[in-house]
Amino acid sequence: MNEVLKVENLNVDIRTQFGDVKAVRGISFNLNKKETLAIVGESGSGKSISVKSIMQLLPNNGRISKGSITFEGDDISKFSDRKMQNIRGSDISMIFQDPMTSLNPTMTIGKQINEVLKKHTNMTKEEMKARALEILELVGISSPDKRYKQYPHQLSGGMRQRVIIAIALACDPKILIADEPTTALDVTIQAQILDLMKSLVEKMDTSIILITHNLGVVANIADRVAVMYGGKLVETASADELFDNPKHPYTKGLLASIPKLDEDEQELISIPGTPPDLMMPPKGCPFAARCKHTLKVCEESMPEYYKISKDHLSACWLLDERAKHISIES
Amino acid sequence: MMKKDNISKDLFIKAKVKEDEKDKIVRPKLTALQDGWIRLKKNKAAICCLFILIIIILLSCFAPVFSKYKYYETDYLITFNSPSPDHWFGTDQFGRDLWARIWYGARISLIIGFAAAFLDLFVGVTYGSVSALIGGKTDTVMQRIIEVLIGIPHLIIVILLMMVLPAGIITIVVALAITGWVNMARLVRAQILKLKNQEFVLAARVLGTSNKEIIKKHLIPNTVGVIVINAMFTIPSAIFTEAFLSFIGIGLQEPAASLGVLINNGYQVLHNYPYLLIFPAVVIILIMVCFSILGDGLRDAFDPRMRK
Amino acid sequence: MFKYICKRLLYIVLTLFVILTATFFLMNKLPGTPFDDERFSMLPPEDQALVLEQYGLNEPVYIQYLKYVQNILKGKFGESYVYAGQDVSDVLTHRIGPSVLVGAQAVLLGLTVGLILGILAAWKHNTGIDYFTMIVAVLGVSVPNFVLAALLQYFIGLKWGILPVAFWESWSSSILPSIALSVSVIAMIARFIRTEMLDVLQQDYIITAKAKGLSKLKVLMNHAVRNSIIPVITILGPIIVNIFTGSLAVENIYSIPGIGSLFVDSIKMNDYSTIMAICICYSAFYILVILVTDVLYSLIDPRIRLISNRAE
Repeated sequence: MNEVLKVENLNVDIRTQFGDVKAVRGISFNLNKKETLAIVGESGSGKSISVKSIMQLLPNNGRISKGSITFEGDDISKFSDRKMQNIRGSDISMIFQDPMTSLNPTMTIGKQINEVLKKHTNMTKEEMKARALEILELVGISSPDKRYKQYPHQLSGGMRQRVIIAIALACDPKILIADEPTTALDVTIQAQILDLMKSLVEKMDTSIILITHNLGVVANIADRVAVMYGGKLVETASADELFDNPKHPYTKGLLASIPKLDEDEQELISIPGTPPDLMMPPKGCPFAARCKHTLKVCEESMPEYYKISKDHLSACWLLDERAKHISIES
Repeated sequence: MMKKDNISKDLFIKAKVKEDEKDKIVRPKLTALQDGWIRLKKNKAAICCLFILIIIILLSCFAPVFSKYKYYETDYLITFNSPSPDHWFGTDQFGRDLWARIWYGARISLIIGFAAAFLDLFVGVTYGSVSALIGGKTDTVMQRIIEVLIGIPHLIIVILLMMVLPAGIITIVVALAITGWVNMARLVRAQILKLKNQEFVLAARVLGTSNKEIIKKHLIPNTVGVIVINAMFTIPSAIFTEAFLSFIGIGLQEPAASLGVLINNGYQVLHNYPYLLIFPAVVIILIMVCFSILGDGLRDAFDPRMRK
Repeated sequence: MFKYICKRLLYIVLTLFVILTATFFLMNKLPGTPFDDERFSMLPPEDQALVLEQYGLNEPVYIQYLKYVQNILKGKFGESYVYAGQDVSDVLTHRIGPSVLVGAQAVLLGLTVGLILGILAAWKHNTGIDYFTMIVAVLGVSVPNFVLAALLQYFIGLKWGILPVAFWESWSSSILPSIALSVSVIAMIARFIRTEMLDVLQQDYIITAKAKGLSKLKVLMNHAVRNSIIPVITILGPIIVNIFTGSLAVENIYSIPGIGSLFVDSIKMNDYSTIMAICICYSAFYILVILVTDVLYSLIDPRIRLISNRAE
């Protein structure tokens, strides 16, 4: 089978002093071998929480309340922490948004790479060092011998992110989860890191889940895209199809808000309004309050997924037979 | 979720969008003060301590007034009486009523604590804010002075001053304030400098707000928390220092009473009359514990970032 | 680094100078000399002058000050006013042993217990051990150490007779005072470590460590504890102050022949030269500790090394 990960009806709650925030409300997606899936959405849409729950790295006040996460035939959402430890870092690994704070400042780079090798392999000290140097080289760090002995603060942000990727890839994971890996970096460095990730996927048998709010990144690297809004997936499609033929008004809004160099438009287009408060999630479509084409039904109930093509699903009432009479002028 | 076929066709018409609701913020708006108060109220230990402190303060105000004994009244017929309905906490070696003495002593200790904290606050806030607001050379010089002073162990100066100046409450307060303000000055300066460079102050400046307005609207409200919280920790430390000085015999002298004097007095006869030590000790411990927990609670509630 | 230390040394010299001057002039302002009791005033005037001359009290203040600074730079604190004929330096060296023993024991005990409690509390946040640690931390800083020392003496020493209550006879005499002094140190350290570690546990690199698949214990020991223990060095200064302050009262309570009890006795008897000597020695020691901890900290913690490198 080609599928490495299957997430079904995942629900995640975060407890706060004011009540439970329903951060993720029943999302389902799958990830195929050697595929890069991008999850796109604005801050607070629940994308980061979703992938953290795959790794069981939710904050203490968060928990998976419903759903399943199937990896190699097992529902890993039900795994004990001990069992999960064997998966983290070896089968599924993760890299984080801020390279400046994601490395332990008091530990050398080499030691931080060796930690993961020590946990998941039976290598000797010499083998571990050799592997660490090899992987540092692989992620494009010059003079790995020297870097091996250095502390994080002696490295630039881009280099640190490379080190973090090196740690994540050290044990040849089947899935690499990247939570906004380029957001905190300079634009020029962003491109380098993306190129690196692209070339690594080709070299290794790794599937990637990429979290981002940057559609430029998506166009650059993703095979498939899932658009998240208000704790729900509103549209999934292959990257090409999503850019060519978006169906959900939110996706359209996102695409329209990308500044274009070749057009004379002076004004940046934005989607007015703010995302819903997930403490009290709306019973209908989460985007209804901001949508240009809101129907009465949108406020009443959540639309199901309409199949546009083989790989393209979109959850919007406008796609229903009964909404055909409504003209969509945009 | 409803099955899509069950939904009536009538609903497939355009909904009226309330334009103004798009940007509505759902959660109620709270000022920093209200927000902090809500968080403080949730901290049961801190609220409990606040009540105990209020009771102690009330007792220290009124207990000596309503007691039929005066704190200095000696009666050699009833020396070392154990606690009884007549003398709730017993009497000391001169037959003085311990209940009256403890609350009078607590009053003195609290006055010293509050006065020292207030003086600290006054000098420290002035020095710190002048240093931060004027900046430049003045700031450099003022900071150098602080760096020299910060290296001096406070206790040494306090003890020397206590020896030089005439014994009394004012001396203690002055001695404590002379050494204590440095910390407050540093905190206030650091806070103002931090705020001065923060985006919202820069934004206000860009929008053309005058300096006076910025100080009034941004600097003061955001510095008050730091000041109050620091003062909350100064009070118990002043009470402790006074008690300590009185205990080693250079603070207040008999027949004046402070909790330190009473503890010292009780310690002299500890072997035979432990209650003379235990009662004042319990009161001072209660005061210290309550201030400490309340201070922590305030800090957590009003300035979570300051937790370190 | 070198420049940084030089700058610090300059401040230290300035601070010491302020302390020297303040000590001297405050002492000069003191009401009465130790000789102004009845016996001294009964002496014939020429004998009084002789005594004053012997202690150099008849010269103008600025000469006295210069001589005083000169002597102190040579390490001479003059003769004790009370123990006639004894050099203050000798009195101090004679007395320092017991104080150091009790102080060091208290610091060691405080560090050990404080570290264990603090780490457990942060690890098992919001459980019994955490609440227990918080109670210890609050009580430890709230119960004045002289009250604690007196209560320990009364209950453990007098009522139950487990340990010696006073007099400096054997090592067992040092147990109770060490415990009495250590409680506030335990509280300070436990509280500091707990806060520090709870903060560290929120850091991104802890999630990175978890994402590597490390066990909870490994994450705790290799990342959290390691990074929270380093800053403990920074509260060494306050701990020294705490121990010194405490020792003044505690040494008196347990009749320990140390510096603390000497200091209090000197204050009561207006033994100026001894008071001055202790003030200056203690201040110098305190300043030295602060300097050493700052330098040590920057050597141990790579993050700080960066900052001081930039400052150069």
